[in-house]
Amino acid sequence: MTASSAPVLSVQGLRKSFGGLAAVDDVSFDVAAGEIVGLLGPNGAGKTTTINMILGVLAPTSGRIAIEGVDLKARRSLALAATNFAAVYAPLPGNLTVEQNLRVFGMIYGVKNLSQRIEELLAQYDLGRYRRSKAGVLSSGEQTRLSLAKAMINRPRLLLLDEPTASIDPSTARDIRAGIESFVAQGQGGVLWTSHNMYEVEEVCDRVLFLSRGKIVLEGDPKRLPAEHGAASLDDLFVAVAHEHLHDQPQRVAGA
Amino acid sequence: MNPSRVGAIVMRQFYLYRGSPQRILPMFAWVAIDILLWGFITRYLNQVSHSGFNFVPALLGAVLLWDFLTRIMQGVTMAFFEDVWSRNFLNFFATPLRISEYLSGLVLTGIASSLLGLIAMLIMASAVFGLSFLTFGAALVPFLLVLFLSGIALGIFGAGIVLRLGPASEWLIWPIPSLVSPFAGVFYPIAVLPGWMQAISRVLPPSYVFEGMRAVVAGKPAPWDRLALGGGLALIYVLLACLFFASVYRYAIRTGLIARYSAETVS
Repeated sequence: MTASSAPVLSVQGLRKSFGGLAAVDDVSFDVAAGEIVGLLGPNGAGKTTTINMILGVLAPTSGRIAIEGVDLKARRSLALAATNFAAVYAPLPGNLTVEQNLRVFGMIYGVKNLSQRIEELLAQYDLGRYRRSKAGVLSSGEQTRLSLAKAMINRPRLLLLDEPTASIDPSTARDIRAGIESFVAQGQGGVLWTSHNMYEVEEVCDRVLFLSRGKIVLEGDPKRLPAEHGAASLDDLFVAVAHEHLHDQPQRVAGA
Repeated sequence: MNPSRVGAIVMRQFYLYRGSPQRILPMFAWVAIDILLWGFITRYLNQVSHSGFNFVPALLGAVLLWDFLTRIMQGVTMAFFEDVWSRNFLNFFATPLRISEYLSGLVLTGIASSLLGLIAMLIMASAVFGLSFLTFGAALVPFLLVLFLSGIALGIFGAGIVLRLGPASEWLIWPIPSLVSPFAGVFYPIAVLPGWMQAISRVLPPSYVFEGMRAVVAGKPAPWDRLALGGGLALIYVLLACLFFASVYRYAIRTGLIARYSAETVS
């Protein structure tokens, strides 16, 4: 993928501490339009905390987040209008149908020609036959597809995906990856992607950031990074970073 | 304020009610039970008192007005609880939705559901027990307005408490109208209360409504100045409740409460 120069996401000196313990510590990075950036790290490294801060649901202790050049703290609503997300821990309301969920969130994002956009997404994510099914009765794979359809409803400039393919079968995961890659290839936006599936990360991401104890400890091309650090694969590199993290982990940080 | 976002909150509630008899039935069932119970009590009191005083507008009217306030409060809190129960905060608050838009959506939902309840109450009370709201004359407008604002204030305040303390604190919210009613003088004049209770009554807007209602039923003119004071107080409480909710929301954003909101994680 070819990334354009203007970042859709700019994170500068981001820090979040809980009771004096830093869950995220001086993290800075950009995501450009047309770029998929992987945010990797062991459990508790600060990935979800970082994503929550970018989503505006967790206030940073310090630092600056700008989405499409708009400061999140100063102009939250405008900044978040250019964003959307899907996360395995944030299922859509199970008591609304697939179509109702898409309509409600489409209205929140002020999507033009909403009915037409909903039809496009139902077709794209193969959800047409479930349009009148309550989201709560869908399988985990179908719920994931619905979350992704919701995440795409406003054609976001910044898409945040927190383990989007967790708990779904390889075939569906492949389709989802292809869909995201297609979205990015059209130059519509940039993606920040967390995953524990290193195969997936290597296949999809243009660049990865390794977080450990709230800090970025490695950054680079996932295809070249293992060789540059003497690891046989991205999986091995991840394990090495995780072990280093575990060996001198002082204390688990709540909320990280 | 973006109307589309406010509409989205209302639309979500409309979808929930549309396909759910178990949500619609309570809007009418409790009201019907109250009207029946108090309707027969007032009819009995009219028979045994021989005083010539008509208890129907004084007691049944009071029940009806108090139920109106309770319905509005519950309309707002129920709409909020739907997001608590479906753990929807992260989905909603990670969008451009502003707190003012979210609260406006909850309030509009509360208005719609309480108006349906009010219409049902009026039909039943007039058809079965001959209560006419026309008895209250033009004062009915400020009566409903003050109760409406008070219900909204209580509803938003209750939602703020649950946001701060977690879903398990829901049980704290339901009894709020019952806690307020002795001080509001729903069934008796404020003058019969001890001094300390009267002091509390004076800062409760509904007390001005029920005092006014008794004055009108007794054939006296409506106390417009007192009703205006009640309305002013109610408006202040709505603003304070919104500020309280916004302050809890800011706390939740600062601490990460929104992102991991559940009964188990909130302390």
